[in-house]
Amino acid sequence: MAQHQVNYASSGGLPVALTTIDKLVNWGRSNSLWFLTYGLACCAIEMMASGAGRFDFDRFGTIFRASPRQAEVMCVAGTLSKKHAPFVRRLYDQMAEPKWVISMGSCANTGGMFNTYATVQGVDRIIPVDIYLPGCAPRPDTLQYATMMLQQKIRRESMDRNKSAKRFV
Amino acid sequence: MFRPYQPKDDVQKKPYYTDRFLVVPELPKEPITEERLAADVAELEKSIGIKESYMMAGRAVVIIQPQENKAALALLRSRGFGQLMELSAIDYLAQSGEFEIFYELLSIERRQRIRVKCRIQEKESIESVSDLWRAANWQEREMYDMFGIIANNHPNLKRILMPDDWHDYPLRKTYPLEGDEFAQWYEVDKIYGKEFRDVIGPENRDPARIDRYDTKRFARLGHEVQYGAEPKEEPTPIQYQDQRRPVLNDDLDPAKSKVLDKRK
Amino acid sequence: MAQTPNRLAPFYENLAFERESNRMIINFGPQHPSAHGQLNLVLELEGEEIVRSVPNIGFLHRGMEKMAENMIYNEFLPTTDRMDYIAATSNNHAFALAVEKLIGVEAPRRAQAIRVVLLELNRMASHLFFLATHALDVGAMSMMLYPFREREYILDLMEEYCGARLTHSAIRIGGVPLDFTPEWIKMCEEFLDHMPEQIEMYDKLLKENRIWCMRLEEVGNISPELADSWALSGPMLRGSGIKWDIRKEEPYEIYDEIDFDIPVAETTDCYGRYRLHIEEMWQSIRIIRQALEIYRDTPPELMAHAPEFISAPKEQMMTQNYSLMQHFVLVTQGMRPPKGEVYVATESPKGELGFFIASDGGPYPYRVKVRAPSFYHCGILEDLLLGVQLADVVTIIGSTNIVFGEIDR
Repeated sequence: MAQHQVNYASSGGLPVALTTIDKLVNWGRSNSLWFLTYGLACCAIEMMASGAGRFDFDRFGTIFRASPRQAEVMCVAGTLSKKHAPFVRRLYDQMAEPKWVISMGSCANTGGMFNTYATVQGVDRIIPVDIYLPGCAPRPDTLQYATMMLQQKIRRESMDRNKSAKRFV
Repeated sequence: MFRPYQPKDDVQKKPYYTDRFLVVPELPKEPITEERLAADVAELEKSIGIKESYMMAGRAVVIIQPQENKAALALLRSRGFGQLMELSAIDYLAQSGEFEIFYELLSIERRQRIRVKCRIQEKESIESVSDLWRAANWQEREMYDMFGIIANNHPNLKRILMPDDWHDYPLRKTYPLEGDEFAQWYEVDKIYGKEFRDVIGPENRDPARIDRYDTKRFARLGHEVQYGAEPKEEPTPIQYQDQRRPVLNDDLDPAKSKVLDKRK
Repeated sequence: MAQTPNRLAPFYENLAFERESNRMIINFGPQHPSAHGQLNLVLELEGEEIVRSVPNIGFLHRGMEKMAENMIYNEFLPTTDRMDYIAATSNNHAFALAVEKLIGVEAPRRAQAIRVVLLELNRMASHLFFLATHALDVGAMSMMLYPFREREYILDLMEEYCGARLTHSAIRIGGVPLDFTPEWIKMCEEFLDHMPEQIEMYDKLLKENRIWCMRLEEVGNISPELADSWALSGPMLRGSGIKWDIRKEEPYEIYDEIDFDIPVAETTDCYGRYRLHIEEMWQSIRIIRQALEIYRDTPPELMAHAPEFISAPKEQMMTQNYSLMQHFVLVTQGMRPPKGEVYVATESPKGELGFFIASDGGPYPYRVKVRAPSFYHCGILEDLLLGVQLADVVTIIGSTNIVFGEIDR
């Protein structure tokens, strides 16, 4: 966004080439986000609906992939139970860098209405989350909005993601 | 100032106010008048012996001895109750130290239902009916999982809904809704190990907690800042593409776009 | 960035070979696009044939029954939405009906007509979803898009009525919260006029499609004995040739006044169940048309009059002191139904959805047990998958139409 714009003329001209590559790489990354079909509960139905005809998720360059090896965005759609938690971590580890996580729905954000013994109180206890999408269940258009926010976030990033600090979990 | 007394054997939520003069009404227990059901109950009485039988809310209920459950259900099955729709337990440990087990039977050809109930002590077990109905296989596993009631001669009695290494039985009244310590740290212990409990921190189970200055977790809508930066009050303009938009993408021009009145 | 250290055991292969025999063990799920949720199937294969299948469930267990014991009755109603989230209203309705039976209240006639319309809309949405996902699993990719398109019309109708697309909470204990508007009825009738040609189009796409028939016919036969033994219900039971529909046999609401047929599958395989879902959609259209007719000449009451349990209508609450006080009590403390146990079964799109409620006279239910049809439809996979080819597994799972919110609760 605006306040992060770099004035190339004043910064010695050095990062010009690098920034352009960043731009190009981020353009590629942000416009072909492949989602891992991580449907867990009710939100998965809205995720499917957003992939179907009316909302047409493919406009954003997103394709749902079933394999974590081919995906770069994990959209955790639904309630994460304690029994399932190790699998989320495992699938996240299996995804190739760069990878991002959208936590879709209240249950994935904070546990939501399921304040019980069996529910993980937010996937951010297991994996780092980039976008939290509230709603129970969020509508497909909000998922698309979240995707656009993620695209904006990716465009701001440096190409080498190792430089940016990442939360431990 | 005394702490209010919390009974340990029932940690469920309690009403905060109960009228002193409240008399709890009960659903009436009526005698079974329908012919075929009455014949069933008479047959049960003759061959096995029942404790009580009545109609409650339009459903015939038979209470039997827990040792006789399989014989009674086999008899009812031979008399047309071909489907075991539901099997589970109710925890009355706090009141009488017993579990109540109920079986909901359905007869498709007779278009009737009947409920068979029995009570067992906490340490007792019950005979499995999974060789009468395949469905009982999973139902008894769920009952074991949730209450710890053991079904004898069950082919595969292990946990079904909770993980195999789970501690305690969730639907007992002594089990808190938020789970015990084992449950609350389950995923952290399993994935990272106990030593990471301090790093990750306890679960936040307060549904009303919002920290709008915590920009590491949440962005205020309309006031987004970079991850971890100081929150700010002036709004951030939200556009489809920011100013660093890539070369090949076009900006949304509202003048050129068209809004449909009716969906196609 | 270096991998965050964790304790999960290395897990490189999804397969395990046993050296002695020719058997192979395959892990199917819990994150599998065709598993309809979080089903983990451990399949033991001999060649391509399955000799043992062990469904593992519980990956979506959210403790709803425990939640119910810590909530007042009205508070639990929105939670039931999240059980069978494809047809949420049917869960609301089953729970509301069970509580109504417990407190001895019957919804007014207009509310009953509205409920029937909403329930049948939900049934159609669920069957459309079944058709879309089943076809997608089997490989008919374009067939996924068409039912989703019509399902959006139903979701629009539900949204117009109650404001939510997926988790409706459109039914209250004792009635319904809102009346239909004339525009809504017009929209609904337009939809009903639009629907038949769409269903005919699905038939054109699938009914005699050679690949579809070859994938579905003679796959997943369920004998009536097996269906009885596994306590199947709904389309799965009717798919094995047993004519049983709770709407007809133990009618609730206004189903006994409505003229409709119960389709029974001609064959007991997946193809028969697919035809059955299509036939049920035709019946749903018939039911909605008749229910809208009944709706037109009903008195305009929406909630039952039972001041002990149910809040008064809004106008009365805003004008009369006692109604407002009673509303406060009902909201803060909750209704106190009589002591006793009820089990009420309803015909949800998936099968017999029953709520067993044991009340001890307090505002919190003492025990709520949800009899979810999908639980048994998933259990039958233990027996149904024996001897079938690996490629038919997704066909059979698809045709059982299971929903994991309901299985694990």
